[in-house]
Order: sequence, then structure tokens, then C-alpha cells
Amino acid sequence: MTEVLNAIPTVPGVPKPDPILVVDGLHRAFGGLDAVAVEHLEVQRGCITSLIGPNGAGKTTFFNCLTGFDRPQGGTWSFDGKPLHGRFAYQIARRGLVRTFQLTKALARLTVTDNMLLAARDNPGERLYASLIPAIWRDTEARNRDRARELLDRFELSHMAGELAGTLSGGQRKLLEMARALMTDPSAILLDEPMAGVNPRLAQSLASHIQELRDNGLTVILIEHDMDVVMGISDWVVCMAEGRVISEGPPATVRADPAVIDAYLGARHAPQETSSRPDPGEPLGI
Amino acid sequence: MDAVNVLLDALRTSVGPQAIVFALAGVGLNLQFGYAGLLNFGQVAFMLAGAYGASMTVDAGGPLWLGIVLGMLAALVIAMLFGLPALRLRADYLAIVTISVGEIIRLVVRSSTFEPITNGVFGYRDFAGWFYDINPIPGGRYGFGGFTFSERRLWVIVVGWGLVAVASLLVFWLMRSPWGRVLEGVREDEDAVRSMGKNVFMYKLQALAIGGVMAAVAGSLRAMDTEAVRPDFFFTIITFTIYAAVILGGAGTILGPALGAMALWFVVSFSEGILRLGIDSGVVEFLSLEDLAAIRFMIVGLVLILLVVFRPQGLLGRREAGLIDD
Amino acid sequence: MYPNEQARACHRALRVGIVSGLLFLLMAALGGPHDPAMAQEPPTPGQGVSGQLVVGSDPVEGVTIEVAGTSGADVATVETDDEGAWSVPLTSPDTYEISIDVDTLPDGVALADPERDSLTLPVREGQNRIIIFQLTDGEGSAEDEEDGFDFIGLDFKRLASLTVDGVRFGIVIGVMAMGLSLIFGVTGLINFAHGELVTFGAIMAWLFNAGWFRFPLLIAALCALVLAAVLGGGLELGLVRPLRRRRTSNIALIVVTIGLSEFLRSFYQVTFGPLPKSYRDYAIQREADLGLFAVTPKTLGIIAIGALAILLVALVLQRTRLGTAMRAVADNKDLAAASGIDVQRVVLHVWILGTVLAALGGILLGVTQKVEYDMGFKALLLMFAAVVVGGLGTAYGPLLGALLLGIVTQVSTLWFPTEFKFVFALLALILMLVFRPQGILGRRERVG
Ligand SMILES: Nc1ncnc2c1ncn2[C@@H]1O[C@H](COP(=O)(O)OP(=O)(O)OP(=O)(O)O)[C@@H](O)[C@H]1O
Ligand SMILES: [Mg+2]
Repeated sequence: MTEVLNAIPTVPGVPKPDPILVVDGLHRAFGGLDAVAVEHLEVQRGCITSLIGPNGAGKTTFFNCLTGFDRPQGGTWSFDGKPLHGRFAYQIARRGLVRTFQLTKALARLTVTDNMLLAARDNPGERLYASLIPAIWRDTEARNRDRARELLDRFELSHMAGELAGTLSGGQRKLLEMARALMTDPSAILLDEPMAGVNPRLAQSLASHIQELRDNGLTVILIEHDMDVVMGISDWVVCMAEGRVISEGPPATVRADPAVIDAYLGARHAPQETSSRPDPGEPLGI
Repeated sequence: MDAVNVLLDALRTSVGPQAIVFALAGVGLNLQFGYAGLLNFGQVAFMLAGAYGASMTVDAGGPLWLGIVLGMLAALVIAMLFGLPALRLRADYLAIVTISVGEIIRLVVRSSTFEPITNGVFGYRDFAGWFYDINPIPGGRYGFGGFTFSERRLWVIVVGWGLVAVASLLVFWLMRSPWGRVLEGVREDEDAVRSMGKNVFMYKLQALAIGGVMAAVAGSLRAMDTEAVRPDFFFTIITFTIYAAVILGGAGTILGPALGAMALWFVVSFSEGILRLGIDSGVVEFLSLEDLAAIRFMIVGLVLILLVVFRPQGLLGRREAGLIDD
Repeated sequence: MYPNEQARACHRALRVGIVSGLLFLLMAALGGPHDPAMAQEPPTPGQGVSGQLVVGSDPVEGVTIEVAGTSGADVATVETDDEGAWSVPLTSPDTYEISIDVDTLPDGVALADPERDSLTLPVREGQNRIIIFQLTDGEGSAEDEEDGFDFIGLDFKRLASLTVDGVRFGIVIGVMAMGLSLIFGVTGLINFAHGELVTFGAIMAWLFNAGWFRFPLLIAALCALVLAAVLGGGLELGLVRPLRRRRTSNIALIVVTIGLSEFLRSFYQVTFGPLPKSYRDYAIQREADLGLFAVTPKTLGIIAIGALAILLVALVLQRTRLGTAMRAVADNKDLAAASGIDVQRVVLHVWILGTVLAALGGILLGVTQKVEYDMGFKALLLMFAAVVVGGLGTAYGPLLGALLLGIVTQVSTLWFPTEFKFVFALLALILMLVFRPQGILGRRERVG
């Protein structure tokens, strides 16, 4: 499945054989600052595509626009062949394009299990009238509970299932955020730095989870600053800088792309840059 | 009037119609504020809708029950008025819009331009005959010792607490369903709930509307109890008093609003009684009886501040789930 | 147990803050007799009635006014002087009937309401009641506020006069709203007690001007502003900061400001009294006809003072270190803290500045429409409208919004009943939220 990508030329905006997400002319500016200006980008179905770039490159803003949490000034994008621009965030999520947040959004005064159950889709009990008659939703609820348990197990959160989500640690919140996104049964998942603050062992197992998801047919788009992870699990890497896609290709190609190295080095002098500075001697310090 | 009478009076007030009206409007506010996290500062506008729905319908020759139903429908319209501009925006915008629209409605109702329709500042009187005609309780006084009610008042109390019970039960039933879970999710973080594919706006609007209808019924009940409706009862300060009741009882708890309303009216009535004693006997010189109404709201304001500072979870809330504390 | 220690410290600070606040209020309450209006009225030579007859902006001279006590006391007849003014001192409090002799009115001038040629009202001890007879020169005077739709054609002079008054009103609301918006911008909190801070300024100035002391209004206003600064700082240090330290949510803080608003307003009602009172200076002024429009000198004065205050705030924001720090904190608190700005100090200063602006607005408002215990609360809704129209959290948006609303509300009285003028302002707020929620100058905020 992922081998098809090897034959593709590595120029920004290159068409993919089977794109699930196609973005055209997406533009978002804050005042005079072009936070996102993506001319054309396609994301291959069933692959792990990583989105990298220095701090402030516009990655999160790009996610926000795609998922309806921010309104771009211009541009169109379609998911699975259907146009998404102008849709509300919840409609986009229902179409199967689901995101997580860089700053986690645990529902603090709900239990971890309730956080999970809330994410399940098509629960008839969530409609006002049906909610009054438990018989309508009891079965769905029981099925969701089983699935939630499974996912919590996989993310090593089952011992916290009955606790309020507000009591979770920062890393655990990242895990819950991801488990919750999976609970919605997405066809593509946008992960905004899922491993930031997660301990290395768990990050390792998260990485293999993500690969497993891909192997089960899910499309994954991943924003990540940890280059080891990016290079390790990505099928394709897209690099953004100052809102633009400056390079895309297989991990090794992007790693060696002078434009990418320049972007990171340039960003080194920008005020936002704080951590993970690449060593200029070695591309991206890998 | 001695201290015992003050106590009895306070007890009577805490189960009486005033407490009931605030409890019922409070159950609605609790759904909006305690469970959905909506800062609705216009609850009093829903009460106005209920009161005027009842009195205007009777004035126009219709039956009282129809008026109550019309009041509830008007509440739905007001929920739209509140919701359409503000529910998509940050929480504090809803506060601004609801407080403003509530005030607009009161200003329009009391204006001389609309006096032909609303009777302006005079409002309506004596329209609730039907409600007392269907009172099955035989005449007399009921209770024990100094703690008695007339059959008329008892009827209001029975119907009123019955309504509070029904409303509380409805909220209980809703909140243990998946619908209620989404609502609580909205309170915690609406963007997260959106990212899970829920139409947050719809849930907020539904909560606003259900809570508003409850407040409208509370307004009708108050109108029937006093048999007088004037626009200048429906000040914003009434909304804030409902807040005090809900937070005192425990926002986000089923029984909080009812208990809070009783407790608040007990505190208010008791301190008023004591002050009155003091003024009558000349011990309290710096106040006059006319000041008592203002002092009532001073107490309510103080209750709000002290609660958030010292016991944000109220009487019934759990500390770790302290709803208005982070 | 470090966190516990800290929580306890917060608790202590809060308790000290609240208790000292209450003590302060109690002292203020006990310090003055229970009705300042009655007991603190200066020892004027008894009571009286007075008034001024004008048509449009011209005084009406030589009109006969008759005053008669209903219990048979005092009967007096006076004529209005060349300023249209008249006054009758009264020997005892009583209910008086005051009537105007319509036959002595100049040709072409009549009572706006022909039925209302005589008024019966009580005069309390020491009270000087202002009596108003509304006159019209027959050309459809717009003084006529009671009776609904008055579609006078385009009276440019009146339009211009109303616009100037709208600017006055807009600047006053703008000064207050700027305070509200600054506090919101820097702390993220919408202060629902801001209206009571407005009233605080007006009442304090009244106490210095006509209550406790008899300072000239300018001095009294300065004293009031100093006290307002103390109050603003006290609120932040004694109440808001300790709560913030305990990570109290924004919604809970809003509830606290609601409680504060309700408490203070009722407190004013008890101590200051429910009736409106005027400052001793500038209470009644004649309109000067400036050709293009007619205006009272105090209107111009208010516009000048308001504009000066706004200019000063703008200078502080743009030119001083403190202003830069404020803007930085408003823009991004964490970044500001990381770059070495003392956020706590900035927040304290913005509370002080915001409260002083509120108080100043209150004093200016009191000059034109008397001082009343709930004047600030009424103005609060207009401030909200101004802030939302201009852009919540921006420094200059509220001013823009307030000027717009001020002019709209005043000019709307040309065509619509006066009682609806605030309805228009509030409607503007709602329309703005529907179509451009971030306001004219605002920007959208960040998610995720
Ligand atoms: N609501 C906003 N208002 C103003 N500027 C914004 C807003 N949101 C984002 N920006 C700016 O847009 C640019 C892109 O921000 P974004 O958060 O998308 O970067 P990022 O690539 O996700 O960075 P990081 O890797 O640090 O998460 C930044 O310069 C940021 O300051
Ligand atoms: Mg980011």
C-alpha cells in the first residue's frame, strides 16, 4: 500500500495515486501575517503522513482550518471526494476527519469512561427525545462501553477508567485525547503532537499503535517535532515553513532537502524557536 | 413580633411561593448554567414571558391554562433570541446578550408606546380566578402551632412544589442519558465536543429552551400567586438572585436549586425579620423600614461572593466536582 | 505541604480582603447619617421652589407663576426674570400648588401640554424643588418626549444639536467602556460590577461636593478619582487576585462580580438614598446658540474633559513602559511573563486605571443627569453595547462604539420615542454579534 509513494516525484503539491484529502489554495492570515498559504496538497489514503516544520510554521492553524475550527480567508479542500470548506467543525468530524488538539482538551469533570462514551458516534440517546427512553439507547450504550474498555486498555488507561479526567497527568491526557479520537471511528485522524510530554517508553508504544492503525486502513496525519519518531514511522513527510509547503517526499528525501534544513536553521534565529534545534552539521540533527 | 415569630416567618417563607418560584426558575437555570455551562443572565425574561402570557391571555378573554401554554411558547421564542446571536460565541458573550435582551424586553413591555398591548407600567391584576376555582382543598388553616397556611396558599404551595419536583425529575432523567453527557461535555470544553462530531449549538439551544420554559412556568406561577403582574418586577436582579439560589444549593446537582432557594429565602427572610425587630425597637437606628428591600439584595450579593470564595460547590456539590471552581 | 500552604495563604488574603472591604463599607455607612440627602443637606435658609422657563433655548421673561400652600400657608406670585428664571422661598414644608398664568405668556408661546398649567407636589424640609413647565412656540417643539412618533421634517439645527449631545454621551460612555475593555483585555474578566464603580465615582464626587464637604466640583472630582484608584487596587488585591491564585474559573469570577454589583448597588441605595441628587455646580445651564447648533457650556466641558482623559490614556498606552507592558499582557500573557514583565503588577495597574476611568465617566454622567444609586448599572448595558460594537478587549474600539451609539441613541429621538433610545443601542449590540462578533476593531481568537 505504502510502496506506491516511492515512485512519486518529490515536489511540493505533487498528486498522489489515491488521495483522501485534497487541499487547494488554502490561505489564512492573521493581520499581516500569512499563517497558512498552502497552494496544493494531497494526502494519500491509508498512509502515515507527517507534517513537520519549525514552531510557528502554521501546522496547527492548517489543522484548524481543515477541521472547521478556524475559517480561512480562501481555499477549498475535499475529503473522500466531498468538499468540506464552509462546513462546521462537527460536520467535518462526522465525515470521518477527526483531529486531536495540541493543548489537550480533556473534559475534566467527566470520568475517563464518559469521555470515551461521549466520543462514540450515532448514539440515539444523544437526541433529546430519544434520551428520555432508555430502551432506545441501552444496547448502543453497552456496545460503546465495550469498545471504550478495549481502547482504554490499548492506551494503558484502564486503571483510570472511573476517575475524573481532570485528575489525569499531562501525558495521560494526550493518550485519552487520542483514544477518544479513535472512539469516533474516523477514516482519517489528524494528530497534533500526540507524543509531546509522553514518556519515551509509552511514546514508543504509541508509535507502534499509530502504525497498527495505518495497517488497519486508517489514514494518519501527524504533526510531530520528534524527528526520530517522524523518520521512524512516516510513509511520507510534508514540511511547512512560514505557512507554505516547502518540501514533501519520503522521510529520507525530506531530511536531506536543503530547503528544509534552511527552514530549520532560519527558524533558529526567530524568537519562537526554543527547543530541539538541529545541529547544522547534520541534517535535522538525526 | 419576637424572635420566635421571626423564625417561624422565615421558615414559612422558605417553603412558600417566593421560594418555589425561585426554585423552579433555578431548576431551569441549573440545567443551563450548572450542566451546560451557559451564562444565561436573562432568566428573568423567561419569567416575564410566563407571567405576561398568563395575564394577557386572560385579559384578552382566553382561559388561564392557555395563557400558561402561550407563555411557555414565548419562552421558546426568547431562547432563539438569546441563542442565535450568542450561542456560537464565547461564554461571556451569552452573558452580555442575555442581560441586554432581557432588559430590552422589559423596556418594551413597560413603554408607553406598547401600553395598548401590554398595559405599560401598570400591568395586570386579578386574572387567576380559574387557578383558585379548581383548588380542591377545603377552606381553613392547615399546619401546626404558628406554622400554618390558608387553603389558598397551601394550594399554591402544593402545585408549586409539585412542579419543582416534576422539573427536577426531568432534569435528573435527562442528565443520566447520553444527551446529558454531551451537555456536560459542552460545559467542560465545547471545542472538544465539536471535534467529536456533536452539534454543540443545538445542545446549547435545547438546554436554553428547556430551562427557559421552566422559568416561564415559574413566572406564570408567580403571577397566579400574587395575581398582579408589573414589568418592574422583572429586573435583572431577579436573575442574579436565582443564581445565588442555584450556587448556594450546588450548581450541577439535581436537588441543589430547590434546596438553595429554600435556604436563600430562609436567610433573607430571617435577617430581614431580625433587622425589622431591631428597627422597631430602636436598636438599629441607621436604617429605616424602607431600606429593607435593598438590604435583601445586599444579602443576596454577599451570599454570591462568599459562596464562590468559601464554598463554590454549594451545599450539595462535591468538592472535587466543585462546578464553578477549576 | 506546599500547595496546601499556598491555598491557606490565599484563603487568608481573601478573608482579610473581604473583611476589610466590609469594614470599609460599614464605616462609610455609619460615618454618615442614614439619609445623606436629608441630614447632610447644607444649612440652607429653608426650602423653596424654583424653575426656569425656556422655549427652545430662549428664556421667557415676565410670566406670572403662583405658588400656594394647600394648608393655607404661603401664597406668592412671582414673575420670571430676563433669564426666564423664578424662585419662591417657602417658610415651611407642605404640599404646594404651583400654577402658571398662561395669559402672561408671550404671543405664539404656549404650554406643551395645555392641561398641565398647575402642579401639586410636596416640598420636604430643606428641599429646593425644581419645577418644569414645558413650553412650545407652536412649531412642533421636539421637547415633546412623551407622545410617540413625532415625524418632524429634517430640522438641521436640532439634528446638529442632538449630534453634539450624542458626542457628549458617547464620550462619557466611551470613557467608562474603555475602563471595562482594558480590564477585560488584560485580565480576561468581564467585570459586571463596572457599573457600580461608575456610580462610586459619581457618589463620592457628590459627597465631596454637596454631602460631607462643599468643595467645588473639580476638586471633589479629583478626590473621588483618588478614592476610585484605591477601590480599584483594593478589589484586585483583596478579592480578585487571591481568587485567581486559587485558579478560580472565569465563570466563577464573573459570578463574583455579579454579587459585588448587586451588593454595592443595594448598598448605595440604602446609604445614598433612592432619589437622584445633583451636584451644586453646573446643575442648570442655559443652552448657548452657536449658530450651527445650540449647546450648554457644560456639554462642551464634558466633551473636552472626556477627550482629554482618553488622550491621556492613549498616551499612557502608547508611550510609557507601563502601557507597553499592558498591551503585551493583553496580547499574550505567557509570552509577556516569559519576557520579564511583572504580570501581577500590570494587572493591578489596569484595575486602578479601569476603575478611575469608570469613576470619571460616572462624574461626567452625574453632571448632566444627576447622581443616582443605579446610574452605573443602567450605563453598564450601554457600555456592553459599545464594547461589543467596537471590539471586546481592544483599547480604542469601545470609544468608537460608544461614539456611534451615543449619536445613534440621541439622534433616534428625532423620530422615535425617547423611551426607546437605549433599545436601539442594545439592538445594535445584537446585530453586531450576529454579523461581526469580533467588533469593528477586534480579531478572532485562537482555538487548539
Ligand atoms: N488566533 C491567532 N491570532 C493571531 N495569530 C495567530 C493565531 N493563531 C495562530 N497565529 C499565528 O500563526 C502562526 C502559526 O501558528 P501555528 O500555531 O499554526 O504554528 P505551529 O506550526 O502549530 O507551531 P508549533 O509547532 O509551535 O505548534 C504563528 O505565528 C502564530 O502566532
Ligand atoms: Mg502547533
